[in-house]
Amino acid sequence: MAYDKFNVLTDTVIPLPTENVDTDQIIPARFLKATEREGFGDNLFRDWRYDVEGNPKEDFVLNDSTYSGKILLAGKNFGSGSSREHAVWALYDYGFRCVVSSFFADIFKNNCLNIGVLPVTISPEFADVLFAAVEGDPSTQVKVDIDKQTITLLKTGEFESFDINSYKKENMKNGFDDIDYLLNIESEITEFAKTR
Amino acid sequence: MEKKTLFDKIWDAHVVKSVPDGPDVFFIDKHFIHEVTSPVAFLNLEKRGVGVMYPERTVATPDHNVPTIDQDKTIKDKLSRMQVEKLRTNCKKHGIELHDLGSAHHGIVHVIGPELGITQPGMTIVCGDSHTSTHGAFGAIAFGIGTSEVEMVLATQCIMQSKPKKMRITVDGEVGPGVTSKDIILYIISKISAAGATGYFVEYAGSAFKSLSMEARMTVCNMSIEMGARGGLIAPDETTFEYLKGKQYAPKGADWEKTLAEWTALQTDEGAVFDKEHYFDASDIEPMITYGTNPGMGIKIKDIIPTLDGMEGSNKKTYLKSLDYMGFAPGEPIKGKKVDFVFVGSCTNGRIEDIRSVANFVKGKKKADNITAWIVPGSREVEKMAHEEGLVKILEEAGFKLRQPGCSACLAMNDDKIPSGKYAVSTSNRNFEGRQGPGARTLLASPLTVAAVAVTGEISDPREVF
Repeated sequence: MAYDKFNVLTDTVIPLPTENVDTDQIIPARFLKATEREGFGDNLFRDWRYDVEGNPKEDFVLNDSTYSGKILLAGKNFGSGSSREHAVWALYDYGFRCVVSSFFADIFKNNCLNIGVLPVTISPEFADVLFAAVEGDPSTQVKVDIDKQTITLLKTGEFESFDINSYKKENMKNGFDDIDYLLNIESEITEFAKTR
Repeated sequence: MEKKTLFDKIWDAHVVKSVPDGPDVFFIDKHFIHEVTSPVAFLNLEKRGVGVMYPERTVATPDHNVPTIDQDKTIKDKLSRMQVEKLRTNCKKHGIELHDLGSAHHGIVHVIGPELGITQPGMTIVCGDSHTSTHGAFGAIAFGIGTSEVEMVLATQCIMQSKPKKMRITVDGEVGPGVTSKDIILYIISKISAAGATGYFVEYAGSAFKSLSMEARMTVCNMSIEMGARGGLIAPDETTFEYLKGKQYAPKGADWEKTLAEWTALQTDEGAVFDKEHYFDASDIEPMITYGTNPGMGIKIKDIIPTLDGMEGSNKKTYLKSLDYMGFAPGEPIKGKKVDFVFVGSCTNGRIEDIRSVANFVKGKKKADNITAWIVPGSREVEKMAHEEGLVKILEEAGFKLRQPGCSACLAMNDDKIPSGKYAVSTSNRNFEGRQGPGARTLLASPLTVAAVAVTGEISDPREVF
């Protein structure tokens, strides 16, 4: 379904350097029982965020009020494991619009692009720079410009370019999704289907 | 003529069109759905006022969230019940074939698809579940998708996909006794890591795979996602054709002969180029087990848990976080660790062959007192065969509890949860934190290893337990 348009996002960053964060951590399976898309943000990173009694765990970054923002800076191989799109719904519902990592799992990355969360892949070196900047000063602002395909650390001006194909870029900028495109070529699909 | 891999041949035959500097419009032959990742897709279709384009190309079954006892009764958990009821109403409304709870072919979606002969060589198959890669065992392109893509397939039978890169993993030689296909795939993942095949689609080649049964090949392809690959496939051969012959949805009569000729041509051309190749020697593979919180953290059962040598920064922190969760220390032996639960089941190892191997192993033995042993068949068909072959009796005499088909403790969405802090040796596919219940500690292994652990009550090498 249509989502917020993404053009330029300038915001503070929440750092989560843990590597290999799988989608079971982002949203545990026991919270996948809804039949609608809303409300998953409450259980985002549930078991890292809350103890068994439901009290916030102080050492988890989402419970640290010094950090806030719509950009999640994640460790490498973020979003591995289950294909559950609920993981991205939870990130979106919580307020994230952009996830930055040196390495994303494939299905997760596709899911992000399909619902309007921009996955930005950067080099491990630039990830180190960003982690150091954000952890050193939580008020650090980062600017993500989809048109220019750049991510910039505003304080120093250091930046890096990121890849996104022009089709997905247009979709993100306009809040379109793939079904809009596919429904427009329905007759081509039905012709093709006759051969299968 | 251009040399093509098997993957190229199938992929290229399913591209409706390519978007310039964008993905391919990729046609899907078969679509499986279940109760957890489909309801929002149907809901969005309704919001758009769009129907299902080819309902006959989608097959449904509830598996992720269903109880594994009293399946003939109303589901107690309200939210689970609602999801299953939604699946029923959505299937009815759109004319989609449903293998419902209690019906003859109910089961885990990746077990019933092959069982019914729906899964066939050369097909493109998707499902809102990452273990859709299982179907690659038949020489199909099969992979998991998100719910937005489930909606796309329902609406247009297509998804928008960029073609992945190609990797070939060749394992030549023969594995020794006590070494199963689960050990082969755990070994491969331990070598190339949980992200080692991200961005790739894998072809498994070499004599070690050719000699495997279809069930064993499914176990291998099932875990392709655990090294990051979208999927993995094995070229079809006599073993594939023999398995499919006579299956309910397999071609029949003259159609069978014609189709067989097409299937036989589904091979990677000699000289075709892969973006990446890995080679392993089967004789180096031994019974494997995981010790950490991703499937790449696997070792031979005889080996020690890796030390911190050469680790630094976030890598070391992540490693220590993982071992802390598991209650293990670097450099410790894994063998001899006490275990609380064993779980035999899931789309990885919930097939009849898996249940046979466990039953053969525990025949005449008893499970250890400290072990709770669950066995969950992958489908009603598997359950039926296990009864007919006398396996259930053997397993119950050994102290195993047989439950009804479903995903069960693999992801613990239902009540089949491992309690916090307890150790479970499991035939499933993921050892992530909390995967089998909050705080649960999962060690992945083969059905044979699980059987050995059940008997001894501790981590054991099945070759040493008689």
